[in-house]
Amino acid sequence: MLSFLAPALVGIAVFFIYPLASAIYFSFTRFDLLTTPQWVGTRNYAYLFTQDKLAWQAAANTLWLVVVLVPARMIAALATAMLLTAARRGSGFLRTVFYLPALAPPVAATVTFVFLFNPSTGPVNSLLELFGVDGPLWFDSPTWAKPSLVLLGTWAVGDLMVIFLAALLDVPKPLYEAAALDGASSWQRFRHVTLPALSPVLLFAAVTGVIQTLQYFTQAAVAASVASGEATTGGGVSSTFGYPEQSTLTYPLHLYIAGFRYYDMGYANALAVVLFVAAFAVTLVLLLRFRAFAGGRK
Amino acid sequence: MIRERFLVSIARNSIAIALGLMFLAPFVFVILTAFMTSDQALTANLWPTSWHPENFVDIFTKLPMFDYVVNSMTYSLLATGFMLLSSVPAAYALAKLRWRGSNAVFVVVICMMMLPPQVVTVPLYLMWANVGLTGTLWPLILPMLVGDAFSIFLLRQFLLTIPDEYLDAARVDGCAEWTVLLRVVVPMARPGIAAAAIFQFFYTWNDYYGPLLYTSENAESWTLSLALSQFKHLHHVEWNLVMAATLLVMAPVIILFFLAQKAFVAGVTLTGVKA
Repeated sequence: MLSFLAPALVGIAVFFIYPLASAIYFSFTRFDLLTTPQWVGTRNYAYLFTQDKLAWQAAANTLWLVVVLVPARMIAALATAMLLTAARRGSGFLRTVFYLPALAPPVAATVTFVFLFNPSTGPVNSLLELFGVDGPLWFDSPTWAKPSLVLLGTWAVGDLMVIFLAALLDVPKPLYEAAALDGASSWQRFRHVTLPALSPVLLFAAVTGVIQTLQYFTQAAVAASVASGEATTGGGVSSTFGYPEQSTLTYPLHLYIAGFRYYDMGYANALAVVLFVAAFAVTLVLLLRFRAFAGGRK
Repeated sequence: MIRERFLVSIARNSIAIALGLMFLAPFVFVILTAFMTSDQALTANLWPTSWHPENFVDIFTKLPMFDYVVNSMTYSLLATGFMLLSSVPAAYALAKLRWRGSNAVFVVVICMMMLPPQVVTVPLYLMWANVGLTGTLWPLILPMLVGDAFSIFLLRQFLLTIPDEYLDAARVDGCAEWTVLLRVVVPMARPGIAAAAIFQFFYTWNDYYGPLLYTSENAESWTLSLALSQFKHLHHVEWNLVMAATLLVMAPVIILFFLAQKAFVAGVTLTGVKA
């Protein structure tokens, strides 16, 4: 057994247990990359919770995405999956079409969306203009930047849709027939047959969706960088994070800036520990449903 | 009744077609813009007035695109190969061998898989800085030699579907466990292994956070994804070339998907819950 597992055990120790433990230790210290860590007790946490307004803004942005992006993606995934089960002809082709955006590398997809939604030259606002609508500034507007990211996430819903589709096809047909015989409307069939049958998959999707959104980084960083590209010049890679007006500054971006722009490693680790606690609490929900999730050995 | 059903099906098909067009539209605009002149990419014209396939040559001559391709390929191929070497045996131990603590180790693997990468970023960065490997892609490649949590999880789920009888038959014939793994399990698990390899390739090809963390100060090590994110901000590259580069970044993933669609969809489904 050990000869199969030894490398993985080393991996768990070196790349999981050790960095996690040292993140917790470093969070009680103060140091940059050059000096040795100095113990400062809970001062980093005190600063985080009482003084760092930007951390609260970043946490609020991440929470906003959890509350809007996760349900939006789940509803879109369920709707497209149900459309596919209902469609008789061409559903294979349609499935590929719905799935394709999920394949687009996140950086490429984000660059694409910033281009499409460019307020003055992008196709979206050009099309809106044809209908006499004055399109918003999208990724350049503090109000619209996060909703634009939600549109991007909903476009790339295919991965979730495939999981829902497999679950929908597993719902026993006789259940629907019996419900139809009893005179259930299509809404009642959805509410009392489809939803209960899907509940484990929905729970799984919600939990993993929340965890993914807690680490939401790439799309926010790239959208800010590309959208601000014409507005700013120079500066390091992270100098554009949060554009416009910190509206896309997610919590992990704030952590990254603390660590790798300001080299405030102790504080970055305090931010990391708080993120860990949040993610772990959500993971616990999954672990409590361990059997359903992982299908243990009988 | 029949009339009503007919109308419902027409409505449903129209919605499906409209949605399908909306999902495809961004790709169409990327392709069209990639063939435009830079001036035209900034106009409201959605269709190119003249076609410029030389844009795809320009991105290689005006930008160090070739280096980015080599970096991305190195990262993706090595990480995928290393992951298979380390994670297939680990998944086998977790799915098919009986030993105390196997469930506990599996729970740790799930926790590792669920851990936001940003939590352990600073300690890992310091670790790699100590051995002088920051500025390169090695901090992202070397850890794959000791297993990847998500791949172990995915492979274990797949191995569970292989009946124990095949393994026991080989054991009765006197095969050692490594022989059972290599001769019996690996050939039967080919679709699962293919899915894990594809996922790993996609993950590394798409990875932005890792290359940003370790190579942002050293543009020579940039991957395609990281470079693409910087064209507008650092280099003020025109939109037509950005879109040509975007296509180039998308292409390998989409081609690989169509080549291995079956294994891929099976893998995605496997990551969902077993209802």
